[in-house]
Amino acid sequence: MIQVNTAKFSLILIVIGAVIMAFAHWVHVDYLFFASYTILQFIVLATAWNILGGYCGYVNFGSAAFFAMGAYSSVALYKFDPQSFEFCFTDSTCMSFHFLDWAFPIPIPVLIIIGGLVSGIAGFGMGYLTLRLRGSFFAIATLALAVVLQTLVVNWDFVGGSRGAYIIRPENMEFAGIELNYIEYLFALMLLLAVIALVTARTIERSQLGFGFATIRDDELAAEASGVPTLRLKLIATTLSGAFMGMAGAPFPYYIGYLQPASAFGLEYAVNSIAMPMIGGTTTWVGPLIGAVLLGSAQQYATVTISSAVNLLIVGLMLVAFVIIAPNGLVGLVQERLRTWRKP
Amino acid sequence: MSALLHVNNISKRFGGFVALDDIDLEVQPGERLGLIGPNGSGKSTLVNCICGTLQNETGSVYFDGHVIDGLPAHQRTHRGVARSFQLPRPFHSMSLADNLRIPLLYTVRAREGMLHAHSDLEGRCRELLDMVGLGAKAKQMPRDLTQVEMRKLELARAMAAEPKLLIADESMAGLSHSEIEDILALLVRLNERGITIILIEHIMSAVMSFSQRLAVLVSGKKIADGKPQDVVRDPEVVRAYLGQ
Amino acid sequence: MDISWDLLLNAIAAGLLLGGFYAAVTAGVSISFGMLDIVNIAHPAFVILGSYLAYFININFGVDPIIVSILMLPIFFALGASVYQVYYLSFEKRGQESLRGLAFFFGLLFVTEVSLILVFGVDYRYVEAAYIGPSIHIGIVDLPLRMLVPCLVALALFSVIQLVITRTFTGRAIMAVSQDQLALQLMAVDPIRIKRIAFGLSIATAAVAGALLIIIQPVEPSVGREYIGRVFAICVLGGLGSMPGTLIAAVLLGVVESLTATFYGPSWAPAVSFGFLLFTLAFRPAGLLGR
Repeated sequence: MIQVNTAKFSLILIVIGAVIMAFAHWVHVDYLFFASYTILQFIVLATAWNILGGYCGYVNFGSAAFFAMGAYSSVALYKFDPQSFEFCFTDSTCMSFHFLDWAFPIPIPVLIIIGGLVSGIAGFGMGYLTLRLRGSFFAIATLALAVVLQTLVVNWDFVGGSRGAYIIRPENMEFAGIELNYIEYLFALMLLLAVIALVTARTIERSQLGFGFATIRDDELAAEASGVPTLRLKLIATTLSGAFMGMAGAPFPYYIGYLQPASAFGLEYAVNSIAMPMIGGTTTWVGPLIGAVLLGSAQQYATVTISSAVNLLIVGLMLVAFVIIAPNGLVGLVQERLRTWRKP
Repeated sequence: MSALLHVNNISKRFGGFVALDDIDLEVQPGERLGLIGPNGSGKSTLVNCICGTLQNETGSVYFDGHVIDGLPAHQRTHRGVARSFQLPRPFHSMSLADNLRIPLLYTVRAREGMLHAHSDLEGRCRELLDMVGLGAKAKQMPRDLTQVEMRKLELARAMAAEPKLLIADESMAGLSHSEIEDILALLVRLNERGITIILIEHIMSAVMSFSQRLAVLVSGKKIADGKPQDVVRDPEVVRAYLGQ
Repeated sequence: MDISWDLLLNAIAAGLLLGGFYAAVTAGVSISFGMLDIVNIAHPAFVILGSYLAYFININFGVDPIIVSILMLPIFFALGASVYQVYYLSFEKRGQESLRGLAFFFGLLFVTEVSLILVFGVDYRYVEAAYIGPSIHIGIVDLPLRMLVPCLVALALFSVIQLVITRTFTGRAIMAVSQDQLALQLMAVDPIRIKRIAFGLSIATAAVAGALLIIIQPVEPSVGREYIGRVFAICVLGGLGSMPGTLIAAVLLGVVESLTATFYGPSWAPAVSFGFLLFTLAFRPAGLLGR
């Protein structure tokens, strides 16, 4: 195999991304932007999930929670008006936030970073509480987190609660000197985020860190005995994974225009973040990419032609089938083929 | 005379079952200690408590002058305690050479900082594998190994961590006579370089020829601890373990 | 604080009845997770499946839902046994139960829920029975029969399971397999067969739990997901594999949830059980009665 170092790989991806962007701009079909945004979003989510799930072997059922935290940080900051907001410590001592006027409305790239920080910290916190336990306990805890968070958001009126929140997006934005309409701008951002996620995943995979992750997945006790600081590594994985999911969620309210807890915490995020890497292949960065592109495109097509419920059913069935029959996913099947083909 | 390892009155229960009952054991630096006893007597539990895979409930474990109970296993490995697992636990998604790179990266390099950052990892892995006779299989996967070869890999992995104390937990099960001789010679060579060794085995000939001192564990209690010739003649030891 | 005693006592009573029911739902997971160490997060999906089957037969043939569930016991047992067989061959044998086993059950949960949506739609369904509606009154406390009857049936189910586990040979073999599989093999008992029976038993309880659920409240496919947190919270809090612990934890959770719903509003109820779960996992994973 050709050895490609990280800098070269990043450059290749950026070039591919730029080509895609140029082509998309020239074709300029809004629906394609909407559909592709979803697929790019899933690339990020699947890659993020795989850092903890595929590399370390710790299953996260609550991807929706981290995604939604990113989305709701954006909503909260959207609704925060520094001109009128006052925080009162006591009845007479209040603090105003006028000094923040210049920062608002916060641009989306900054929102992405904030969303990443929020979800990253949440990932760290949750990891700290539960990663000392077995993997199965951690998985259950992630389920619990998703529901607790959803309940909190539903009851938080500032971001709209169960009624939802409207986000009004501007008409046009500037990106690298070119004027784009909003959906194109979001598409460009998500494309960039996907590139960053893939480069990160690949870098980790080839580094000492990724090596350590693999030992946790293979045999955590033996890893500890060999000197691997497993808790620390797991926390790094959970934080990174959560952060990327939050970053994927941050632009979502602007994409969708009207955000309800049911859509942010939707089941399709939990299922797809797991199904895409598991069907694509969990041991490398390629797996989540393939899974996201294939499954994502298929679902975009199916939602339009069949119902979305049937579409989800098929995803679920495929997950079960692949997990039983092809545990290493499509990448694993290809690797098997290559191995038998190479032997004389 | 300060012991390298001092297990001070430790106990461990699993529910109602007492696995270790007030165990007191000392190992001097550079010593070759043999640990024997029937299956289920608590030998592996003792190793687990020393290495941090399990936590003892009472008493303490001292290593190299410091209390180490409460420390996670990886930190104990950094301080110089290494063990092989009785039931081999290789990293099954990596080649044999890569299995050894893990302790080299995470223990040896972590200990020495980046001083030896560019030293020859590949070469060291090869060297270690050669020492246990697995050099030719460096690029193979653990699933292609026999049980015996996996035990050798376990030993090599423990050695890779460059320990002060090496605990070999039944590394010789299933080996042929000449293979046992080879492993014993290897352990003696390591010992001559200053590594303290605890050998846990059922193969009495190996234990007797190797050990400077012999301890016997039965049902969670230490029932004998002394010169090998004396211990094997101890009537209680004969009754509980040897005489069958 | 000005508490309305009426409200408080009724909330506690409802909580106790609810807790009894929760114990029945959790009984299956106590077996599969507590004793067999299989993280079957799809258990609530089987419960909902039981609810829908009870609904279907009740609506079309007028049979009492509890009777339906008893008739369905062998079917659910067989279902459980087959699921375990697939699980064992695909994962346990290969030693990969952690990641892929979890994904497998998650997939099952998902497929079951979506299939139910496709067949029955997302409307709430409920059953008809003589005891849904009337209540018994003891002083200022109301005991609705639609909660009392399921609670009693749940406790009966629970006792039956407890008896089976402790008094029959198979039951004790199940306890043994959770503690020392090797020893069991040495006694010439096939541990895989025992585990298959145990898992079948676990899913069979879901049939009954499902019927009880749809008596207590109307059901729609996503209701199962709320129960995942409850069931595992109770299991962990009660100490894995301890049946008495499970009962205590279930009642405790039922009461706390009921009080929360009464005084703070029902939209907070799911957070209670899942919050319980997170709290227990973070600070006391051995449970109340655990070692």
